[in-house]
Amino acid sequence: MSALLALHDVGFAYPQRERQRGRRFSFDAVSFAVEAGEVFGIIGPNSAGKTSLLRLLTRVLTPARGEILLDGRPVGTLAPWELAREVAVVPQEAPRPFPFSVEQLVMMGRFPHGPGRFFETAEDTAVAREAMAATDTLTLAALPLEELSGGERQRAMLARALAQQPRLLVLDEPTSHLDLRYQAETAELLRRLNRERGVTILLVSHDLNLAAELCDRLLLLHQGRVARVGTPGEVLEQSLLERVFECRVVVDKTVSGRPSVQLAFTAERR
Amino acid sequence: MTDRRRLAFALMALTMLLLLVAVAALFVGSAGLSPRAVARALAGRAERESVEAIVTLGLRLPRVLVAVLAGGALAVAGVAFQGLTRNPLAEPSVLGVTSGAAFGVVLAQILGLGAGVADALAVAAFAFGGALLAAVSVYLIAASPGGLAVQTLLLAGVIVGIFFSSAITVVISIVDFNRLGGVIHWLLGNLAPVPAGSLAVFAVLAAAGFMLVLRSARQLNLLALGEEAARQLGVDAERLKRRVFLAAALLTGTVVAFTGPIGFVGLIVPHVLRGLIGQDNRLLVPTALVGGGVFLLAADTLARNIVAPAELSVGVITAFCGAPFFIWVLRGRPLRPA
Repeated sequence: MSALLALHDVGFAYPQRERQRGRRFSFDAVSFAVEAGEVFGIIGPNSAGKTSLLRLLTRVLTPARGEILLDGRPVGTLAPWELAREVAVVPQEAPRPFPFSVEQLVMMGRFPHGPGRFFETAEDTAVAREAMAATDTLTLAALPLEELSGGERQRAMLARALAQQPRLLVLDEPTSHLDLRYQAETAELLRRLNRERGVTILLVSHDLNLAAELCDRLLLLHQGRVARVGTPGEVLEQSLLERVFECRVVVDKTVSGRPSVQLAFTAERR
Repeated sequence: MTDRRRLAFALMALTMLLLLVAVAALFVGSAGLSPRAVARALAGRAERESVEAIVTLGLRLPRVLVAVLAGGALAVAGVAFQGLTRNPLAEPSVLGVTSGAAFGVVLAQILGLGAGVADALAVAAFAFGGALLAAVSVYLIAASPGGLAVQTLLLAGVIVGIFFSSAITVVISIVDFNRLGGVIHWLLGNLAPVPAGSLAVFAVLAAAGFMLVLRSARQLNLLALGEEAARQLGVDAERLKRRVFLAAALLTGTVVAFTGPIGFVGLIVPHVLRGLIGQDNRLLVPTALVGGGVFLLAADTLARNIVAPAELSVGVITAFCGAPFFIWVLRGRPLRPA
């Protein structure tokens, strides 16, 4: 089996205390596999458990049941830095009280490759600079993060993830803070990384059309269960979406032949 | 400039500064010795029982060493707490950890522990216990699933600090005052010469705390991105936090055991350094060790001479510097990477 990442029958529930804070859902028997080299998207309504699923993959949360395998090995048996050499996460934005520069941020991606080292090596610097070149952030190297625009910051975070030299790149809502132009740029960059470097990409998004455009396969998550896995055409199907999202939609095709989903506004404005 | 060279450069500059201040501290004082007499004593060419030998080698030199050690340890503890809580205002005295350590020392004094080497270790152990208790309390009060909010953390520190200060007052009120000789004076934070054996204990404990924080410096950088991000980058966050907590409590407790509660060194020194060399903990931790020594030694030299022949407590000087500094930082001084 060539699955890079496989989930078998994974179950999880937040403890009672956190459920009262609004984290109400739980996972039940979630199984799927991400093949090496593909772009895989997880979609679903708000609070369907998308971000929590990412937390399970990166071991921030521990599943109550089932198994998560990375290249055949249970992620629970890997040391934190071993996992971080294989899987890199580009988070949604995080608050930062200490103003590190872009270069310092990207260099942090080298930690898992030498967790015992005090300073990074020349090789670390070379990898970091290459990651910055790939994401077009070299000119921003000396700038503090908070002086960057949303798109630049997103690229800096992506550069940090690339500096980890991961086999699996995980993105949490990669375009949520970006305007149209940067959305297009980010999508193009991800496609290039996947094609040219063979990086497997797992992305979580509530933007169905972006997911449809970028991904080879989609997984629709609904109330902590897998509603459907398949190609965008198979998953973005009108009746299924209407049931999961609880609203009327129209599914169309874009110029690239991918499905595109729109809200079905009724023309009853008078 | 690479980080390595920047660190070497900063350490060299700070060490030179430290030597300068140390010379000043050795040569000025209320005894009114001539520079020549001090030099003679330092060179070992003075009579053992002469005034210059006793003042220079018996009083001033040990006091310089205590100041450098205490200042360095407090500044490193400040960097550690700031990294741990991701809060630029965190510092042993602000977090109430100093008060916790002081409570431990007062308890130890009730038990009648004196100044011998074994006793010094025991007092330090009590101070460490108090510091740890206070630090963990603050953390547990302030921690929430969303992380540590700046204001909540500071308030938790104030509350824990007040609690332990009250506990100290209670103990002082109950216990026969004579058994707690000098405790009031000690509570102001004073640098007094420490006997050689105890000084060695001080140095070893401070060095242990420093090494633990230094080893964690790179991981503390990653922790600044948030706990979840740090884990996803391969940091064993739980272990890191435990280690740095222990180290910071050890540093704070040790200093309090030997000098009393001295505040704000851990706030002022790291902040000046952040402004000069940036946010990288690998540069901050070693430079804070030397820079803290410079600052506290300068403050103590001032304390010894400003109202001579009387003496101010050094804790008073650091608090006078620290209070306005705290307000300045609180009002949102912009931090920039170097």
